[in-house]
Amino acid sequence: MNTFLGMPATPPRSPYGTGNLRGDRKFPKAAHDELANGQLRRNLGRATSTIRTKRLVVTGELPDWEQLRDAGSAVKTDTMNRLPELLEQLEQKVTERGGTVHWARDGVEANEIVARLIRATGSSDVIKVKSMATQEIGLNEHLESLGITPYETDLAELIVQLADDKPSHILVPAIHRNRDEIRQIFLDEIPGVDPDLDNVPAHLAAAARAYLREKFMTTRVAVSGANFGIAETGTLSVVESEGNGRMCLTLPDTLITVMGIEKVLPRYQDLEVFLQLLPRSSTGERMNPYTSLWTGVTPGDGPQDFHLVLLDNGRTAALADPIGREALNCIRCSACLNVCPVYERTGGHAYGSTYPGPIGAVLTPQLAGMDAAKDDPNSSLPYASSLCGACFDACPVKIDIPSMLVELRHQHTEQSGASAEKLAMKAAAAVMKRPKLYTAAQKAAALGRVVGGRDGTITHLPAPFDGWSDSRDTAAPPKQSFRSWLASAEGAATLRAAAEEGVLPATDAHTEDQ
Amino acid sequence: MRIGLFATCLGDTLFPEAVKSTAVLLARLGHDVVFPPGQTCCGQMHVNTGYQREPVPLVRNFAEQFGDSSIDAVVMPSGSCAGSVRHQHEIVAERYGDASLRAGVATVKAKTYELSELLVDVLGVTGVGAYFPHRVTYHPTCHSLRMLRVGDKPLRLLRAVEAIDLVELPQADACCGFGGTFAVKNAGTSTAMLQDKMRNIGTTRAAVCTAGDSSCLMHIGGGLSRIRSGTRTLHLAQILGSTRTTPHALTEAVR
Repeated sequence: MNTFLGMPATPPRSPYGTGNLRGDRKFPKAAHDELANGQLRRNLGRATSTIRTKRLVVTGELPDWEQLRDAGSAVKTDTMNRLPELLEQLEQKVTERGGTVHWARDGVEANEIVARLIRATGSSDVIKVKSMATQEIGLNEHLESLGITPYETDLAELIVQLADDKPSHILVPAIHRNRDEIRQIFLDEIPGVDPDLDNVPAHLAAAARAYLREKFMTTRVAVSGANFGIAETGTLSVVESEGNGRMCLTLPDTLITVMGIEKVLPRYQDLEVFLQLLPRSSTGERMNPYTSLWTGVTPGDGPQDFHLVLLDNGRTAALADPIGREALNCIRCSACLNVCPVYERTGGHAYGSTYPGPIGAVLTPQLAGMDAAKDDPNSSLPYASSLCGACFDACPVKIDIPSMLVELRHQHTEQSGASAEKLAMKAAAAVMKRPKLYTAAQKAAALGRVVGGRDGTITHLPAPFDGWSDSRDTAAPPKQSFRSWLASAEGAATLRAAAEEGVLPATDAHTEDQ
Repeated sequence: MRIGLFATCLGDTLFPEAVKSTAVLLARLGHDVVFPPGQTCCGQMHVNTGYQREPVPLVRNFAEQFGDSSIDAVVMPSGSCAGSVRHQHEIVAERYGDASLRAGVATVKAKTYELSELLVDVLGVTGVGAYFPHRVTYHPTCHSLRMLRVGDKPLRLLRAVEAIDLVELPQADACCGFGGTFAVKNAGTSTAMLQDKMRNIGTTRAAVCTAGDSSCLMHIGGGLSRIRSGTRTLHLAQILGSTRTTPHALTEAVR
């Protein structure tokens, strides 16, 4: 007798309406507003071009950079192929070294676990290390709703938090702010700040430092994310620039780390690859200033109570997609944002998700779904790209983002029902698959000449092409297609003459030698 | 060599001059130009917009039209269409095709080239006897640059053109903002990208901005025409096809 166990259920995505993986409107609409923000455009243009140049210098100086990228890609692919066993190994090692591991199906569960752990300490304050995972699940909002105050300690995250704003870049979350705005935010929000504070960056940093130092010295619980978790040893790692992370990871009694399950690496030695790839791709530095590594609990040194929360929140769903799973290889360096011509002009908020830019456009729809409700804003993300491919070239682990965007567009058209666009695409294909119909359509298109002005230029087109014709002229179709020219006496004579004439030798020394 | 010419639907219908120049250039170089009359479109627009079932007949038609072993190589004056044939046809065939389609796609993919690749890699020429006494700047289109990796082949061809004044385009490798239906779906962002491309073209004071793809040129040229910039666009094939005996006259309207 057979026992039918049923098909395995499709892994769940991040629950609709939770966390920060979905904006409230589609990309083109949000981008339209952001494009009008001159401050944002200037800041982004300057910052991204500076980081681009720095990155090219420090990646170009390594003779084995391409091999490092290949190695990074291979290690990540291997990791994803055996993620369950590596996670169990990580759990075992962390537990052996005195830590406690928690498994969170989604952001809601993770938030509950973290809140419970904080309450158990009796503290109503936590200090936080900049973390994408906790941003993704909306941990700060959840804690605040329970009366627990989270303090962001990364300078840019602090600016964003004090302004009740959202990050707009993975690495430089306050990239959309200028120093005058930051000065005003500090004056308004930091208790006891010097009222004569000016906009000199060093003075602004000093004001934040004084404020944060007191938090570091008095807060007994910290929450962090993790850049890497080593299955072989149970070691966690955070890579940062300011030293605020080191403070949070060492001073408190209790440390709670929320880590996406895709952040695991098999071996300690794999850090050799990723600690070269990450800083060079991300800040354009040879090495970041602070790299913290810790393994469970060390008696008498650092936090004596360590918890690791392993977060799924749609990652297993992404892993189930043979093409989409490559997005899980991402190490959050943000190189793809800095080279993306779309991100450079619209900024991160237009994407509506914690993860903006090219990687966000492929990761967000996979974690949270893109057809979870009617007119889901996430369905516009795979289309927020001209498919120029700059992201693929910049990615330190060689994620083929353009191909993934095309794949997600396909998934979207398959999931969504009938649309005017789908009908038009079917009609176009129906014509183009029949050469006779196609030729007839070409002749009809040539009649479009009548809508061209006297100079053969079309300046206005109806919707949905009005956005195009707002800033571009369109040449009226020519009288004759190529194929009818070729079939004409003139076409035949021209080609015959060209063949007879052959290639004339150049009359000067301009020709490049072969 | 017997070279199959794929006009591309855009080239055939809207930009025939670029295709004519391609045909003339190959004839001048002593090759047989074959134009399978049943050809239509590669299906790139469908695939890039998210439609993979609909273009199956287009992919099949392309493989049938150009699969014949009497055709030694297939050329097209478009980096993005060559990219579609080389990178996307097998995706479509794997997912929605049968074994014969997969085989046909693999055969035709292996002999498909964008124009500059065919000239430099297959035919081994950079000097093609062209004459073009104008100031020119070259925009490397994204799919030529990053999908096909044509590198400096188009520039080597242009440097060998007699009397040309070739000037470097600042931030040349930045996308012009076309992206097919991207320019319609995200017209605002596309326009912002186009403005920066046009500003860089403007600094070159070139009479002509050239590229290997009529679609990107349609986009850039449409913008340049709207602002009455005085720089016009011209396909690479038209510059390479211009000679002392039949020079290209820059008399058409700026577009």
